[in-house]
Amino acid sequence: MTAIDTPAGLTSIDAVTSGLTEVGYISTAAISTAVYLAHHLRKPVLIEGPAGVGKTDLARSVAKYLGYPLLRMQCYEGLDESKALYEWKYGKQLLYTQILKEKIHDLVADADGLDASFAKLGDFQDLFFSRDFLEPRPLLKAMEQTGGSVLLIDEIDKSDEEFEALLLEILSDYQVTVPEIGTIEADVPPLVMLTSNATRELGDALKRRCLHLHIDFPDAERERLIVRARVPDVSDKLLAQLVSFVQLLRGENLRKLPSISETIDWARTLLLLHADALEPAMVRDTLNVILKRQSDILAVTGKAEALTHEAVKAAAEAA
Amino acid sequence: MERTLTNYIRALRTAGAAVSPSEAIDAARALALVGYAERQRLKDSLSVVLAKTPEEKDIHDRLFDLYFSRGAATAGAERQDSEDTADQRDGDGSGGEGEPADPADQLLDLARAGDQSRLAVAMERAASQAGVDEIRFASQGSFFSRRMLETMGVEALEARLMERLQDRSPESQAEAQALMDARSALMRAARRHVDQRFEVFGRTATENFMNSAVASRAIDKLSLRDMERMKAVVARMARRLAVRHSRRRKVRNRGKLDVRRTLRANAGFDGVPFQVVWKRKHRDRPKIVAICDVSGSVATYVRFLLMFLYALNETVTDLGAFAFSNVLVDVSGPLKHLSFEAAMDHIILEVGSGGTDYGQAMIDLRDKHWDQIDRRTTVLLLGDGRSNHTDPRLDIFAEMADRAKRVVWLCPEPTGRWGSGDSEILRYQPFCTHLSHCATALDLEEALDEILLAYD
Repeated sequence: MTAIDTPAGLTSIDAVTSGLTEVGYISTAAISTAVYLAHHLRKPVLIEGPAGVGKTDLARSVAKYLGYPLLRMQCYEGLDESKALYEWKYGKQLLYTQILKEKIHDLVADADGLDASFAKLGDFQDLFFSRDFLEPRPLLKAMEQTGGSVLLIDEIDKSDEEFEALLLEILSDYQVTVPEIGTIEADVPPLVMLTSNATRELGDALKRRCLHLHIDFPDAERERLIVRARVPDVSDKLLAQLVSFVQLLRGENLRKLPSISETIDWARTLLLLHADALEPAMVRDTLNVILKRQSDILAVTGKAEALTHEAVKAAAEAA
Repeated sequence: MERTLTNYIRALRTAGAAVSPSEAIDAARALALVGYAERQRLKDSLSVVLAKTPEEKDIHDRLFDLYFSRGAATAGAERQDSEDTADQRDGDGSGGEGEPADPADQLLDLARAGDQSRLAVAMERAASQAGVDEIRFASQGSFFSRRMLETMGVEALEARLMERLQDRSPESQAEAQALMDARSALMRAARRHVDQRFEVFGRTATENFMNSAVASRAIDKLSLRDMERMKAVVARMARRLAVRHSRRRKVRNRGKLDVRRTLRANAGFDGVPFQVVWKRKHRDRPKIVAICDVSGSVATYVRFLLMFLYALNETVTDLGAFAFSNVLVDVSGPLKHLSFEAAMDHIILEVGSGGTDYGQAMIDLRDKHWDQIDRRTTVLLLGDGRSNHTDPRLDIFAEMADRAKRVVWLCPEPTGRWGSGDSEILRYQPFCTHLSHCATALDLEEALDEILLAYD
């Protein structure tokens, strides 16, 4: 395999951070370090963390700022190699067989005897299992990219264990074996990112092959920056208040804690409602944007007033 | 490879993070890229490379701070130093014969100079010679700190001290005082070093030892302090069980064609079956109904059993819990809504008093909760089977065993006492799929493992 060329965006950890900031992804030291090491150690990164903290978005942003194509592979139960790796173009094969059947008389017309006919047909036998009939799926496509790529294997915990085993070859050697053709190696290894919501424990073999990045809920400072990057129109005052409200909520005993994507949605909602500061009544009315369970909404509705005041106070102190 | 790094990885392993050799190599490569210059950056890098679960991340965060607490400067010096000592050891064997000046003077100088980094380097060297990293228990602290001082040559210093003490002249007395101060300063430094090493290498080993001791101790013989530890042990066991049994709920049943789905999948190929779809078998989710005798001595066991079952909530979503002494009450509600401790107090208060009556419990179960037991259910009984000479209602028990998938009875009483006095357990035995004596947390884990195995 050829030596890896390092694009400008991956020469240092700081370069990663600033590159990600350019495309609107507010990184942390840990996140940038993981991306940097993933390239230089040539290892896939397994990203874990609660839903909605920007795991998938990280892969998208990395692809965007490096100018790489993003190949996304959504995992689900029952996913198998014909949908992940490659598939034969059965229809095309069928069509070619039909054509061959019609032309076979012309082909073997001048051959004497059976052996000569077979020898003539032998030239065709590899035709049906060649690259022309191979339909590449995301994983194989990623191996075929010559200019570098980001391969995102999303929600790997949703897939079956057999699929995990299938990934091992790709993740450690960046190659795919197609029995009929041979081994297809990646010229430029893709930057592989796997995400998981930890609905099940992943196999040890997979974990040991990957770098492991845990992204947690952001602190107030980072969350403000993220919302600011995504919703630029929101006023400073409202931003500080809504972020401290969400931060307070994460300390409550809720079944589903609000994550960054919910904060962003809420900021957009409040902006639409022309709010310039948090008010208990408005908070109560828009709770369904940040909380996704009825029991949580009921629990917080009662405390909305107290929480709002506390959030407003905390925001004032921070400023 | 770097000594500092390999030692750190060893510390991680003793602390319970499984670091494989390939990860160690990755760590070395990461270190070469990132370097020692920036502490936080190094920490982040090693965390990404070495720690692969939230637990391992915690261990790493804690250990990194302890292990690299001497600051970057000393870490660098130590590295250089460890190579020096290695050369020295090869050259002239162990001990301080290679050093030109009197070891007592050197030590005195070291203690007086107040140069923290020099002291730290000397301590580091002595520690590696004394094998301090082998420390496992806090009580080994004084042994290892003494051994460190001995490798530094404290005996020479002590000999001189004895000499000066015997001389009554004021100069000698003053010098003796200085020697004594130096000795205790060194002693303190060594002890500090050993304590820190214990935190890195020994703490988890001690914890693991204590945990395994508690897990195999009879539950009714646990002290209050053990109970606290037990909670963590049970939580860990439950997690282990959950991982083991959180397998897929569907198995591909190769060999049986699913005609409908095959036709559907190949509609695009004009019905020519290129893709063959096999029938799948769905597995039942574990459904457990726990029936607990909460009278007297059995109550402690019930506490742990329920703790176990509720810690398994990921795997066992379908769980019913009943408690009885003379009447049977559904306790799933309080266990779900109250905190565990409050729920247990509530249960004991509600049903704990009164003589045990297995017959009445069976009647209550049949009359009020019979629909909870079906062919997917494992009925898990926990009790000693002592029914105060009342009718055990074997007929209802037999009917229940017939309805349920399995009946598992865990008995805290040792086998020898079964059937004695008012114990009815031997009469219940023929209807149980599994009946065993259960005394420790390990027994509990084993029993639950077996129950869950029936659903795999």
